[in-house]
Amino acid sequence: MTSAVSLHDVRKDFGSLTALSDVTLEIEDNEFFTLLGPSGCGKTTLLRMIAGFEGATAGTIRLFGDEIEHLPPNKRPVNTVFQNYAIFPHMNVAENIGFSLRMLGWTKLEIQTRVDEMVEMVKLGALVDRKPSQISGGQQQRVALARAMAPRPKVLLLDEPLSALDLKLRQEMRTELKRLQRDTGITFIFVTHDQEEALSMSDRIAVMSDGKVQQIGTPFEIYEHPNNRFIADFIGETNMLPSIIDTVEGFNLVCQLEGGQTLDALANCDNIPGATGVLSLRPERLSITKTEPTGKILKGELGDRVYLGTDTQFIVKLSAELNLKVRMQNSFFQGANYKTGDTVFVTIADGAARFLVD
Amino acid sequence: MAAGTGSGSTVSAIFSPVRFWLLLPSWVVIGFFLLVPVLLMLTYSFLTKEFRGGVIWEFSLASYDQFLFDRGLFGDEAPVIKWTYINIFIRSILQAFGATIFCLLIGFPTAYFIATRPIQSRTIWLFLITVPYWVNLLIRTVSMKFLIRDSGPLNELLLYIGLIDAPLHVINTNFAVQLGLFYSYLPFMVLPIYASVERYNFTFSEVASDLYASKVTILWEVILPVVKPGIIAGSILVFVPSLGAFLAPDLLGGAKTFMIGSLIEDQFKGNAGNWPFGAAASMILLSLVLVVLMFYVRAQNKDQT
Ligand SMILES: Nc1ncnc2c1ncn2[C@@H]1O[C@H](COP(=O)(O)OP(=O)(O)OP(=O)(O)O)[C@@H](O)[C@H]1O
Ligand SMILES: [Mg+2]
Repeated sequence: MTSAVSLHDVRKDFGSLTALSDVTLEIEDNEFFTLLGPSGCGKTTLLRMIAGFEGATAGTIRLFGDEIEHLPPNKRPVNTVFQNYAIFPHMNVAENIGFSLRMLGWTKLEIQTRVDEMVEMVKLGALVDRKPSQISGGQQQRVALARAMAPRPKVLLLDEPLSALDLKLRQEMRTELKRLQRDTGITFIFVTHDQEEALSMSDRIAVMSDGKVQQIGTPFEIYEHPNNRFIADFIGETNMLPSIIDTVEGFNLVCQLEGGQTLDALANCDNIPGATGVLSLRPERLSITKTEPTGKILKGELGDRVYLGTDTQFIVKLSAELNLKVRMQNSFFQGANYKTGDTVFVTIADGAARFLVD
Repeated sequence: MAAGTGSGSTVSAIFSPVRFWLLLPSWVVIGFFLLVPVLLMLTYSFLTKEFRGGVIWEFSLASYDQFLFDRGLFGDEAPVIKWTYINIFIRSILQAFGATIFCLLIGFPTAYFIATRPIQSRTIWLFLITVPYWVNLLIRTVSMKFLIRDSGPLNELLLYIGLIDAPLHVINTNFAVQLGLFYSYLPFMVLPIYASVERYNFTFSEVASDLYASKVTILWEVILPVVKPGIIAGSILVFVPSLGAFLAPDLLGGAKTFMIGSLIEDQFKGNAGNWPFGAAASMILLSLVLVVLMFYVRAQNKDQT
C-alpha cells in the first residue's frame, strides 16, 4: 500500500535561510496527520510545498506514489484551507463553495447538488446567499472548509484553521473536523502550534522545530515517550530536573539529582553512567502525601499552590533551587490539610520518569 | 463621503458645534469653487447673447434651442433635430471612451507590474510614471504631434526597420486624438489601479489556483473583480477629462475631429463668441458626466449588498 503523501529528504532554502531540512515523512491514506511546532518552524512552508506553491530545494515529494514536483497547484488533487481563510469577497457563500467545481467543468446541476451537500455538511444552511463580509469568522472557516472539500480532494491540507476562533468554537470545531475526516475518509494534513489540538484530533503527529522533524508518533507516544528535551518541554507541561546517571541496570537507570536525592528512571537506549541530562516528570503523574510511602519517592517542602479549577498545582521544593510542579485533582485530594512549609513526599507513577540526554 | 456620514451619529452629534466648525472650511471651499461656478454657468446658459461675447440679462432658451434644433436660416421654419452638435457630442464620447480603453489596456498591466515589485522599488516605478507629467500638457501634446507626424521619428524608425513601406498616416485622425488623450491621462488610470492591486490579497490568487483555476481564469474571475473599484475609479478619472479635453483634439486631430472641449472653448475665446451657448453646452456636458457617475455609484452600491 503506497502512502498518500511521502516526503523524502526534503529541503527548502529561502536564500541563505534554511526553512526545512531532512524532512522525511510517510503519511498514510485516510490518516489525520498533524504537523505540530512553534511559530516559524516551517509548517506552512511544508504545506505549501505539498500544495505546489513552493518548489523543494532538494528531495522528492510523492502523492500516492507519483512524483508531483512538476505539477502546478491547479493540477494537484490536493486542496488547502488557508490560515486566513481567504474567502473570495466578490462571491457569495454558494459561489465560493462551487468555484472549484466550475473550474473542473461540472454541469450547473452537479454543482448545485454538490454545493447543497457541502452546505449541509458544514451546517451553513441559511447563509448561502451571503457575502463573506456578512458572516462571522467561524462561519467563514466553515466556508473555507466546504470550499476546499467540495471537489473531493484526495488530501486536504489545513493551515491552522482554528487559530482565529474563540475557545468554545475551537473546541466544537475540533470534534467537527475529526468527524468530517472520519466520514469522508480524506487524508487530512493539519497544521497547528496548539499541542492540545494536536493531541486531541490526530492519528499521528510530527513534531517540528527549526525546520526539522523531531519525532513522529501517535499522540500517546509523543506525550508519554518524548524523544528529546524539546518535545518533552513543548508537548504538555513537564518538570525538567537536571541530573546525572549513577548506574544503569538493564532498563532501569538510577539518576542523581542536584541536592543529592536519587530517582529511578526508564532507560532510553544508549545511556551510560556519568552522562548528564534532564529527568522529565509530568506534573499529573506525581502525587504528594504527608506520610512516607514505599516506592519511588522524592522528599521536599511544600511551597506555593495555584488553583486551576479541576486541579491544584503545588510547588514542592526539593532543594534550594530545585522546584517540582505537582498536579492534584481537586475531587480526590484534600488540599486544605496541606500547609505551605509542610514536609511532603512525592510519589512518582511507574514509567513516569524519563531521562533525556542533553 | 466619510466626513458626511458619521455612522450611527445621534441628532446631537450632527449638530455638535465642533463638527460644524471642523466641516466649515470644506463647505466654504466646495461652495465657493464648485457650487458658485456651476450656478453661474447655469444662469448664463439661460441668458441672451450679446454680439461679441458677454451677455444681456434677459431670460432665453435660445442656447438650448440652438443646440438641439434647426429652424432654418431665418429662424421661422418648423424645428427639426439638428445633428451638428449632437454628433460632436457623440464623437467626443466615443473618443473619450477609446482613450479610456487605451489607458486601461496599458494602465492595468503597468499598475499590476508596479504593485507586485518589492516594496522598496515601487516608489521608484511610480516616480518614473509621473516624470513626463512635470512638463506642461501643451508642450507634451505638441511633442506628440512631432513624434507621430508622417515624417516623424516613429515613422522613420518603422520605415528603417522595414516594418512598413510607406509612412503611417496617424496625425489628424481619431486615433491620433485617442493617443494624445491616452498620453495626457495615463497616470490617472495607473495610480488608482495601483492602489487597489497593492491592497489585493494575493492569497486569493493562490486559493483560486489551488481550486483548479488557470492563470487566465484567475485574472478574469478573481483579480479583476476584486480590484474593480480601482479600475472604475481610474476609468472615470480618464474618461471625464478626456470628454472635455480640447488640446489633444485641436493639435492632433485637425479640423475633422472637433470635440466638445473645442466647441466650448470656441464660444468663450474663439470666433464664435457666444457665452450663453458655451454655458449651455457645458451644462449638457456636465449632465452627461453626472449620468455616468450615477451609474457608477449605482453599480458600487449593488456590489456592496
Ligand atoms: N517566502 C519566504 N521568503 C523568505 N523566508 C520565508 C518565506 N516563507 C517563509 N519564510 C521563513 O521560513 C521560516 C518558516 O516559515 P513558516 O511560514 O513555514 O513557519 P510556520 O511554522 O508556518 O509558522 P507560523 O506558526 O507562525 O505560521 C520562517 O523563518 C520564515 O521567516
Ligand atoms: Mg504558518
